[in-house]
Formats: sequence, structure tokens, C-alpha cells
Amino acid sequence: MNADVQGRALAILNRMAQADWPDRLNLRKPFEKLIYTGSRASFRLAADRAQKGGLRTPRKPDPDALFDLFLSDEQQMLVDMLASFASEVLRPAAHDADANAAIPAELLNQAQDLGLTFYGVNEVHGGMAGERTTVSNALMAEALAKGDMSLAAGLLVPLSAANCIRRWGSAEQQQRWLPAFVGESSAPVMAIAVNEPDALFDPLKLATKAKRRGKHYHLSGEKCLVLRGLDASHLIIAAQAENGPALFIVEAGSKGLQRLPEPGMGLKAGATARVKLKGVKVAADQRLNAEHFNYQSFLDHAALAWCALAIGTGQAALEYVTTYCNERVAFGEPISHRQGVAFMVADIAIELDAMRMLTWRACARAEQGLPFHREAYLARLLCAEKAMKIGTDAVQLLGGHGFTKEHPAERWYRDLRAVAIMAGGLQL
Amino acid sequence: MNLETPKKFAGLKHQAHQVAANYFRPISRKYDKAEHAYPKELDLLAALLDGMNAGSPDAIGATSASKRGAAKSLEEGVKNGGNLSALLGVMELCWGDVGLLLAMPRQGLGNAAIAAVANDEQLQRFSGTWAAMAITEPGTGSDSAAIRTTARKDGDHYVLNGEKIFVTSGERADSVVVWATLDKALGRAAIKSFVVEHGTPGMSVTRLEKKLGIKASDTASISFSDCRVPAANLLGNPEVDVQKGFAGVMETFDNTRPLVAGMAIGVAKASLDRTRELLKDTFRFDYAKPLLAVNHAEATLYRLEAEWEAARLLTLKAAWMADNKQPNSKEASIAKAKAGRVANEVTLKCVELAGALGYGEDELLEKWARDSKILDIFEGTQQIQLLIVARRLLGKSSSELK
Repeated sequence: MNADVQGRALAILNRMAQADWPDRLNLRKPFEKLIYTGSRASFRLAADRAQKGGLRTPRKPDPDALFDLFLSDEQQMLVDMLASFASEVLRPAAHDADANAAIPAELLNQAQDLGLTFYGVNEVHGGMAGERTTVSNALMAEALAKGDMSLAAGLLVPLSAANCIRRWGSAEQQQRWLPAFVGESSAPVMAIAVNEPDALFDPLKLATKAKRRGKHYHLSGEKCLVLRGLDASHLIIAAQAENGPALFIVEAGSKGLQRLPEPGMGLKAGATARVKLKGVKVAADQRLNAEHFNYQSFLDHAALAWCALAIGTGQAALEYVTTYCNERVAFGEPISHRQGVAFMVADIAIELDAMRMLTWRACARAEQGLPFHREAYLARLLCAEKAMKIGTDAVQLLGGHGFTKEHPAERWYRDLRAVAIMAGGLQL
Repeated sequence: MNLETPKKFAGLKHQAHQVAANYFRPISRKYDKAEHAYPKELDLLAALLDGMNAGSPDAIGATSASKRGAAKSLEEGVKNGGNLSALLGVMELCWGDVGLLLAMPRQGLGNAAIAAVANDEQLQRFSGTWAAMAITEPGTGSDSAAIRTTARKDGDHYVLNGEKIFVTSGERADSVVVWATLDKALGRAAIKSFVVEHGTPGMSVTRLEKKLGIKASDTASISFSDCRVPAANLLGNPEVDVQKGFAGVMETFDNTRPLVAGMAIGVAKASLDRTRELLKDTFRFDYAKPLLAVNHAEATLYRLEAEWEAARLLTLKAAWMADNKQPNSKEASIAKAKAGRVANEVTLKCVELAGALGYGEDELLEKWARDSKILDIFEGTQQIQLLIVARRLLGKSSSELK
């Protein structure tokens, strides 16, 4: 039995015990329950591993697995907890965070208390990530984005970085970078930068170049719409190296690296930034170099994160317009009594579930070790189109009111436009 | 969580695909041309399927779709049962030919209705029968509650009077499941379904429709004039339960709508596969470039594939819920709505993408584009599905959201 796992769960529990906000928001119980099961699952993993003599056998897809849409108990509890957090904490904070283009400091502390990054770090390095994490990560993103898409995206940056390093870093790199994500102090903010300021940008054709010079690379180029790019201590930068696209962990304060605020249509709370690189010197061992490094798969894990966020925000929009259309009276009855209105609501529900099925399938294949590029491509394609349709229909259903900041629909409209545009940024 | 088709259905899928490719496809055009001619080839196939189904727990065809199977199962955990296996079989067979599947003996929607609402004695008695389904009337399409066909109790019989139209396999089937009202004044609660055997005095086929597609399947008008049906042929509970209302007969749809969605998915896949085959030297189909960076025709095919995949998974979900005893009315309608409109869009767009080749009768693409239209209409039109979904979401009754 791995005593560290127990200690880890206790450490999070202790952190939660000291905070008073979960009590104020009635979130204490679900948190404790989650941490209990989370640690139980990790115990089981540790025990399994001990039995197998500590050898980590490669994951094999189970051909006998049944078609199954049930969430595991742990997933259900994780979703329940984050759903409460989203509705009690994120939604009320969303309007001001959008206006101020920043995540409030208190919210950052609360998110830290939640211990999200533990789900991105293996047990060996002090976290609680099991063998199969992609679906759980997608469910977490979905639950958070139901509160607010841009806050959710911002809060998921540290977990995404941890996922990125765990999946694409070598054993040495994991050992070097991951423990900080589950330490006593705040998890480091490492922003993932892929997008470049070009129309029809193709993430497989990066203009940012990494030139090898002895034990270093020199990075030059420009990255845009980098989530939390300004308050990040490090950037994980996608650049074209001598042998293909690669990811580099770069200190934000490096010489030749310049960061500027780059506000966009939405994702305001994510405080997007432009990053300019002029011959930035990066040690060669800061190029993520897991043996199975796969840039396309990295992009796909990112695309699926945006799909999951779109589903959460789409769900929020569905529930909001459902209530609104039932309450809003015109011509003597609720507008929901009109097919022209009701059918738009039905279509939102249909396409939302379509998005969810494609995304879940891609995630489930990814975590089973099955090829999932086609599925991720189709999920991204569908989510990009349908999410925007949901965003625009939500504003439409609220009419003139939807166009004002009295309602969240206009914010969702702006945020959902990002789903088709963002490459990288996050990582399930 | 797993959204892959389990290995235990691989044999069934393969079998159904072989039937579709080697039995349906070669006679597909023949019976599209010879409307109202009975595809006699189907008798042999039906006998073969009966044999295969008797020897296998995972039957192909409509009869295996039932909540009953799930209800009887006692073991814990997730179940993949009759609803999923029936659906997977239907998808493959309709990749071959929707019309021929609908014309298959003993695979009618009436069989699914019996499977869904019959009691154990009736299940036993009607096993092996080929049952068509008669709901629609000349003045009553989607508005099933407005049915005017009456059933009057007279001793050990019910006496049926009325007109039914659009009865798939209405002439060829052994019997017809007829929806009729016990008392018009009681509204939808009084609507019950009756199994009426062909040859029952007072029942007559009055006309066969000429149609846009699914020509291999006959579509009959049937008239009932003082047609006496044994009381034991009323499916399910004879009591008029105003509380439960329409729910009894409507339960049928929770099982049949995913199957019709499955038909849509099958025919849409046929179109997608053939179109990609025709364009295989033109595009790479490697999902490598952003959608906006590929040729418009290739991007269109990606988009259609995504829509198709979504429809397929939503339909599997609805059937999976039935297998796991989850209430699935909303999801069945979501699946039907999505699959119906996607199949129609896919098949029509594939004709366009293949150009003159697609429009001509040398290919089956134009036929599939005609066949698919009915799938967005029968078992509840697109608009009816939207109404059902919207009422569920908004918590509205049929008198509020009309």
C-alpha cells in the first residue's frame, strides 16, 4: 500500500478544512465525499500495482467492454462537486470577471483548494491521476464551463499544463516539473501557446521556429490568444523544430520574450495575451520529449478540451433559455407555447447531446489507447459549428434582452465563438 | 465509459452486413422498378434469419427490441441487450436496402409493437407471426390521439370499424396491429392496439400506394367494416386508465423510433461510403488539415460524416437506455429527429457530390436519396419529434405547446 496516496488525500482535506468558503456555499459535504472516493480509487490503483510487482503494464483496449454511458461513482461525484462550484461560485463571478478581464484572486484560491491539478499528476509524483483520465477531465471541463466558459478555461490552465507534461514529458521532465503542481503553494501557471496570428492558421504549419544551437534551442515567432499568458510563470510553446513540431517549456521572463495583453471578442476572464519571441534561448532539456511524443495527439487532446467547454456552456444556455421562454409572456401566453420558439429550444438540446456523444467517444477512445484522431476531428468540427449555433440562438430567444449584459447569453455568444478558433491552450 | 460497439455483437453485425451486401444490394434496383411485386427472395432469407435467430441470443430484427428483455434480466451493471442488437442489425441491413428490410417477413414494426406491449400469453401466441402496424388514418397523420377507428366490445370480441392508410406490409403480413379507440369521448386514454389476422371477415385491403421510395415495401390502405377480433387480441391492458392515458400504446414508439433512426443511419452510411469510393482518387480523407483548409467537397463530406456519427451515437444511446431500463422517450425522439434529418441531408448531398453519376440510375445513390425521405416522416415526423422533445424540456402539455 502506498502511504503517500493517503497522505495526499489528507493534505487536500486539510486544506479544505481550513478554508471557510465551502461552508458558506454548502459545498463541504460533496468535497469530503469526493476526496474520500478519490483516495479510495488511488488506494485501489496502488494495491493493483503492488500486486503486479510494481510494473506498469501497458494499457490494453478491452474488446469485451460493453457500450456504456454510465459515469463511474467517482466521476459522478466529481461532476456533482464541480457543478455546485460552477453554479454557486463561477456563475455569480462571471459577469464581473468578463468586465474586468481577469479571474478574481479569491476565485484562484478557491480553485487551488479544489485540488484540480491532482487529477493531472500521476501518483508517483504526488497526484491522483489514474490510468484513464481523459473522460474524467472532459467531465470536469464540462461541469465548470456550465458556470462560465472563460473562467473555466482560465482555471483549467494549470491542470492542462500538468496533463501536458505528464503525457508528453520524459520521466526526468515529469520528475522535474510535476511535483510543483501538487505542492503546498499554488500550482504554477504554465500557459500553453499554439495559436499564431494568421488567417486560416494551421497548427501543423507553425511559423514559430525552434533552431537548435548546441544544448539550446532559439525560439522565434509570435503566439496569440494565449490563455493566462500574462500571469503565467512559464509558457509551453509549440514551435517547428528541426524534426517536426515540438513543445518547449519556456520561462516567462526569458530574454527576448515579450508579452502583451490581447483582448478578444470573448474569453475575457482568461486574459488572453500576445507573446512575441525573438531568439529566446531555451535549454534543450526543456523540449518535451516523451518517447511517444505525438504533436497531433497533443492538438487533439486540446481540441477535445474546447469541445467539453462548449458542451458545458451549451448546457448552461439550454437551461437558461428554457426558464426564460417559460417565464416570458407575449400575446397572452409564455413564448414557449409557440413552435417557432419551442423548436429552437429542442434543436439546442438535440445538437448539444450530439456534441456530447462525439466528444465522449473521442475521449473514451483516447483513454483506452485506441486511435482517436478521426473522432476528435469530427467532434471538433461538430462542436465548433453547433456551439456557435447554440450561442446565437440563445441570444435570439432572449430577443433584445439577450443583446444586453443583463443576461449571460451575449457573453456565451462571444465565448462560444472561440471553440472553432482555439488550437492548444488547454489539454485534457 | 465506452462508446464502441462491443465485440459480442461483431458476429451479428458481420452477418447482417453480408446479407445487406450479397442479398439485398443485388436485387435493390429490381424491386425499386417492380413496385408492388413481392420480393420472393425474402422468403428464403427470412427462413434463414429465423433459424439463425433461434440459435442465437442476439437476434437480428425488430422483434428483439423490447424493454422486456432488460426487465427480466437480474444481473447487476450495464446491459447491452435486445434493443442494441436489433438496432445494430437494422443499421447494417439498411446499408443494403431500407425497402427490402421493411418488406422482410416477421420483421415488421407490428412485431416491435407486440414485443413492446403484449402480455406473456400474447407474446407466446403471436411468436412467429408477421405483423404490420396500422395507425395512420385518412384524416389523422401525426395526431394519433385523433384516431377515429372504433373498437366496440361485443361478448368475447371487439368489433372494429374504420379506415387505415400507409400500412407498411399491410397486404403481405400475416396480421396487422391496429390502433382503435374504445371510446372517443375518453380521448387518448381509450386508444388500444389490436392484432387483426389477415382473412378476418370485415377486413380488406383497398389500395396499394405508389411512392417516391422504399418501393420494395408495399404500403396498403385497409378498411375495417364490422370486423370481429377476439378480445384476447387486445395488446396489453384492456382497462382505460385515464391517468396513464396514451402512454401504453405510445410506449411502442420508445422502442421503434430508435429502430427507424437506425434505418436512416444505415442508408446514410451507404451513400457516404459510395460517395467516398467515387471520390477516392480526388481526396485523401485523412482528417489532417483544418476544415477551412480543405477543398469544399471534402469539407462537406467531413461535415456529413460528423453529423452521421452524431446521429449514430444518439441512436445507440436511446437503445442502450431501453436495454438498461432508463426512461428514453425524449432520447428516442432526439435520435429519430437527428437521424431522420441527417440521413435525408446526407443522401441528397451525396447525389449532388457525385453529380450526374449520383443522379443517374446506374448508381443507387439517387434511390437512397428517395428512400431516405420517408425515414424523416414515418414513426413520427421531424416536427412531431421536435414537439415531443420541446414539451419534455419545457414541461409543457400537448394543449399548451400545440
